[in-house]
Amino acid sequence: MQRAIKVTVNGKEYEREVEPRMLLVHFLREELGLTGTHIGCETTVCGACTVMLEGHTVKSCTVLAVQANGKNLETIESVASDGDLHPIQEGFWNEHGLQCGFCTPGMIMSVKQLLGDNPNPSRDEIRHAIEGNLCRCTGYQHIVKSVESAAKAMVQE
Amino acid sequence: MATTTTPTTKGFVGKRVRRTEDPRLITGTATYVDDVTRPGMLYAAVLRSPYASARISSISIEKAASLPGVSAVYTGEDVKAVGPVPCAGSMPTLRVPHHKILAQDRVYYVGHPVAAVVAIDRYVAQDAVDQIEVEYEPTECVADPEKALESDAVRVHPEYDDNVAFTFHAEGGDTDAAFAAADVVVSERVTVPRLAPSPMETRGVVAEYDEGTEELLVYSSTQIPHLLKTQLAVQLSLPENHVRVIAPEVGGGFGSKCNVWAEEALTCFAAMDLKQPIKWIENRRESINVVAHGRGHVDHLEMAASKDGTITALRFKILQDIGGHHQLLTPIIPTLAVIMIPGLYKIKNFTADLTGVFTNLPPTDLYRGAGRPEATYVLERVVDKLADKLEMDPAELRLKNFPAADEFPFETATGLSYDSGDYAKAFNIALENVGYDSFLKKQEKARSKGRLLGLGISTYGEVCAFGPSPALPAGGWESATVRVEATGKVTVMSGASPHGQGGETAYSQLAADALGVPMEDVVVIHGDTGKVHWGVGTFGSRGTAIGGTAVHLALEDIVAKGKKYAAHILNASLDSIQFNQGIFSSNEVEEKLTFQELALEAAVAQKLPPDTEPGLSATRFFEPPNFAFPFGAHICTVEVDGDTGQVEILRYIAVDDIGNVINPMLVDGQLHGGVAQGLGPAFLEEVVFSEDGQLLTGTFMDYAIPKAKDMPWIESERTVTPSPVNPLGAKGVGEAGTIGSLPAFVNAVVDALSHMGVEHIDIPMTPQKVWNLINERSQS
Ligand code: FES
Ligand code: FES
Repeated sequence: MQRAIKVTVNGKEYEREVEPRMLLVHFLREELGLTGTHIGCETTVCGACTVMLEGHTVKSCTVLAVQANGKNLETIESVASDGDLHPIQEGFWNEHGLQCGFCTPGMIMSVKQLLGDNPNPSRDEIRHAIEGNLCRCTGYQHIVKSVESAAKAMVQE
Repeated sequence: MATTTTPTTKGFVGKRVRRTEDPRLITGTATYVDDVTRPGMLYAAVLRSPYASARISSISIEKAASLPGVSAVYTGEDVKAVGPVPCAGSMPTLRVPHHKILAQDRVYYVGHPVAAVVAIDRYVAQDAVDQIEVEYEPTECVADPEKALESDAVRVHPEYDDNVAFTFHAEGGDTDAAFAAADVVVSERVTVPRLAPSPMETRGVVAEYDEGTEELLVYSSTQIPHLLKTQLAVQLSLPENHVRVIAPEVGGGFGSKCNVWAEEALTCFAAMDLKQPIKWIENRRESINVVAHGRGHVDHLEMAASKDGTITALRFKILQDIGGHHQLLTPIIPTLAVIMIPGLYKIKNFTADLTGVFTNLPPTDLYRGAGRPEATYVLERVVDKLADKLEMDPAELRLKNFPAADEFPFETATGLSYDSGDYAKAFNIALENVGYDSFLKKQEKARSKGRLLGLGISTYGEVCAFGPSPALPAGGWESATVRVEATGKVTVMSGASPHGQGGETAYSQLAADALGVPMEDVVVIHGDTGKVHWGVGTFGSRGTAIGGTAVHLALEDIVAKGKKYAAHILNASLDSIQFNQGIFSSNEVEEKLTFQELALEAAVAQKLPPDTEPGLSATRFFEPPNFAFPFGAHICTVEVDGDTGQVEILRYIAVDDIGNVINPMLVDGQLHGGVAQGLGPAFLEEVVFSEDGQLLTGTFMDYAIPKAKDMPWIESERTVTPSPVNPLGAKGVGEAGTIGSLPAFVNAVVDALSHMGVEHIDIPMTPQKVWNLINERSQS
């Protein structure tokens, strides 16, 4: 049994028929082709699937596509605008905040939320804010530096 | 503040250049294997055994096969003709049980693949997996390597008369005599639990068979696309030149994707059978369950020394848990522990006895560090014990046993030739950075107030940059091709297969410097056997030292050929041609030639020098004459909370020497990540099975990898001792942090509790374990 849903993703409206059991992350990746959002665990632990739902980060492996009906979503694909990288992306690039890059889109979405809420976080607050995002490559130190550098750039803007 | 150079200025090697691979990764536009779609693509899912040991009496697929959307269900019978999963071990005593891509009549471990479904989407595929009816006759199992060796243990493979997978013995000097003459002997037994490598991207495969060209195209999240191509051709009886393997963006490997997996051949088999593209993506539970675990050791080390602290001999016993069968390198991995057991110390005598034992558990194999973390861990534990026994300062004891800087190349009792080093220098910097003497005073003061402070030292060495071909089952060389396009753009093709290390950036730095072109003019291609013709892969910290050297050699050839063109075109003698910052010139003539102009000349071949072929490209293979041997010292200080058993890392100091460095920023990243994978097992990570072989840590809730809050700030510094074994002078950095960190943490916690008589605590040191110990000791 399919259900019709209507969502706005990255400013664009989509209407689709989906199975009620379809996870939001699969909907984004497979129905809409937005493969920047990754799947690392499917059990709400790793944060690779983090997107914004109505302006708040959610793990899209734990939301059903039908639950997003009528809602507004933002994914990693919307973070850079017109080819200009967002300061958070610049921060990750400049400070080597990624290696394999698999955790990175989710990480950037969580950092977006953090810096929206707290433009000048301490190292401890940064680490706390990304606790729901696992990275196996970096040991997190360069991610912390990336966030610091992004925060600085954004305050200066 | 770190500064990064944007890739527009000259002179990139040695600088903190930001990565060329990052733009696609930070914008979500990179293509990992699960992002690949092909027209008409179907999805596969695998049914796995719920028992650690069982006979399969029947499999009924009717229900599954009749579900709408299901294209095929395969069992062991269907894939009988597919060749076995390969094992590259070759020791004379090695037993290699049959290892088909789906279980035949028996299963050997929980997670053993039993059947596979192909369906219209991943949901239906999983539905169908749940509908396959398998009748098992569970049999007794053994899920503990020590128990598996007992004489009455049930046999994992009934065709063998015990569970010994192989034995391996090595020795050097006269160990018995050294022990007989020793003033002191100390020993320790340590367990190193199984670890789940856990790259954030699980394994995945997309396979497509083109009936017209009879080409099999395989996307796999692998570290070794070239070796996989050969193996798939063998397993599927295809001509090798009809197989193309692409490793697209790979989301971390850490050794776990340096393997040839049943699911790879299985997905290909199905794609050929159904003549439709098929995708298989592993889920996290499967990844933790069946992706070959690292470690799985019980190690025992005995150390003989004289009163003055000279370590004279080692007796090393390793029990390696193999699991139900071998993967590609399973039996080889623990031999790396054997050869590195002397660590950084001048120990003339040793014996090592390694026993690999089958258990009803998933296979073990390569994981970051591979044998070397285990060796370093037990060695550094025992060195601390020796210091204790001799009442000698553990730092002094270590310094006393290092070879001096002028003793290199240093021949070890295990038959290695350490290439270069100054061990005392790196260690002394680490001691200085941590403020060794003042910490000891602080510790004493704290102790008198009931606070538990500890300092742990780990001085480590490793063998890497694998390696001379005779030492590796599939060759240890690497290849590179540099092709200069007519427009002067440069394409570098490498047989290495970086997957997060930043190889594209490092190779671009080399090319930009050698050819005097901007970095953005360089494109690095790797991980595609259709584009890169030869390769071994990325593992064993070889990407720079071996892969980078091949690139370097090809670049040298380009310059040499370029000079020939330049001499001819400029009408000057070859000897007079200079190439500097992208300009060919000669003191004999005024005229100059840019690299781009020359590239065009080479392509259009209007003024071809005599005896010179058109074009400007070069292919080189680098065969290393020896391994390289990075080293360093990691020091960790901790405070243990006596009320909760929680360990807080106060400071983490690392001084590493990995030879010459192409990009310090990438090296820092590798070290941090390496340390995280050494510290994870120190206090968090352990794959746990019940006595009947059931996996108890099947999600990231139970198998805890470090989170941001678990990691200390790493204060990292480097000394530079170039390696003489390759022209770049590079050693390798991928595994150093993982090898150095674990013993530093463990030694620190043991030190914090040593006044209570604590001599050892097995990892992972969970708060509960530490608290129990403190509690026991304070009651007794
Ligand atoms: S995939 Fe959603 S949290 Fe891991
Ligand atoms: S960069 Fe690889 S998991 Fe974070």
